[in-house]
Amino acid sequence: MKYSDLAIDFKSGKRSALARMITLVDNEERDGFEFLKDNYHKRKESFRLGITGPPGVGKSSLMNHLIERYAQIYAKVGVIAIDPSSPFTGGALLGDRLRMNKMYDHENVFVRSLASRGSLGGLSTSTENVAQVMESFGMDIILIETVGVGQSELDVMEITDAVVVVLVPESGDSIQAMKAGLMEIGDVFVVNKSDRDGSDRAVEFIKTSLSFKKAASEKTIPVVKTNALNDENIDSLVSILEETKSYLASSGKMKEKRESRKEKEVKEILRDLFIKSIDKHIKNMENTDASPYEKAKEILKKTGLNVTEELWTKR
Amino acid sequence: MDKKIRVLVAKPGLDGHDRGAKVIASALADAGMEVIYTGLHQTPEKIVRTAVEEDVDVIGLSVLSGAHMSIFPKVLELLKKEGKTDILLTGGGIIPAEDMEELNKLGVGKLFGPGSKTQEIAEYISNWHNKNRE
Repeated sequence: MKYSDLAIDFKSGKRSALARMITLVDNEERDGFEFLKDNYHKRKESFRLGITGPPGVGKSSLMNHLIERYAQIYAKVGVIAIDPSSPFTGGALLGDRLRMNKMYDHENVFVRSLASRGSLGGLSTSTENVAQVMESFGMDIILIETVGVGQSELDVMEITDAVVVVLVPESGDSIQAMKAGLMEIGDVFVVNKSDRDGSDRAVEFIKTSLSFKKAASEKTIPVVKTNALNDENIDSLVSILEETKSYLASSGKMKEKRESRKEKEVKEILRDLFIKSIDKHIKNMENTDASPYEKAKEILKKTGLNVTEELWTKR
Repeated sequence: MDKKIRVLVAKPGLDGHDRGAKVIASALADAGMEVIYTGLHQTPEKIVRTAVEEDVDVIGLSVLSGAHMSIFPKVLELLKKEGKTDILLTGGGIIPAEDMEELNKLGVGKLFGPGSKTQEIAEYISNWHNKNRE
């Protein structure tokens, strides 16, 4: 299909055109970039909600219910679900739909599974761009489910307006809950599988450790108990999320986040272009005894970029 | 970035025997493909809707219930309706040879019976991909 025809179908709201545009962007094809460039200012700034947490805590099951609730509130709900690619074969088994069976054929919902394709931060490198394509399609809300993460795969906070961190009662004691990383990025925390022993204690641990980190002026971060399997307490989670959304918007935090997102994106693009543009110098590097620093200096000289002594010593 | 082959593996209908579908899904992922696995009890409508949203190149259906003569043609028909005739519809299960032939005539790709090697299936898909996608 020609790009111009595809763009027309996209504009008229055809599901298949949205799907194809996402593919073009996910594959980093020229037409995909063309589309992003043309539509950056025309897109709707959708509310982006990230769902993250360790593997097996019930992120997809929770998503299943969130999608159902949001499909009642909003006319257009976009879902991006990321699963890991194999570092050995490059293949991936994308199984998030398995748990989202309930709602993904609802008229208001569009679900896309992405493979992480070598990205290590819990997303795929294309996720920001895929979200932009969905925004151009006019989504009211975009739910982004990360791969199962450890303590430090935190990319989701860079590309969303709010993050839900999903944990289970066994997720750890008070010291685990005090550690840096995952425990710092949640706007809302969920203790799922609440029918299991220790869920109340887990909620207390999390609340306490969050209160250590919080400045007096800051809003208290909600911690919600859910049982996704039995659809328990999902309604209160949704109303807390709606409150959080209004708070982020009215306090100016959302605007701040979006501005810093843009800055990071520029950096990301520059880094990518820079590496690509010096790639041939790196490949043609002579195999000498020079140290990595000396070699880097040599290549920099060839690019004509002015890197001062000061920058060298500062890094 | 390489174009990854995207495959939807689905199990339509009411039978609950998903071991085969899971084996194939993981074998295709091991062959470097991106496999969307949706699990049991899919209707043809759901399958086609998923195929469209995920923009897959290939749909693989596992049918052990004997309903293949209604499910495969129905999926083909819905794909046509969506203008998605460039998707390869293939699959496997307990399907008599003469039914396989009839389905092939309708436009269904190669179908694989019990004892088929997973490598053979992966090769069939990647050959099809090389021939039909630049």
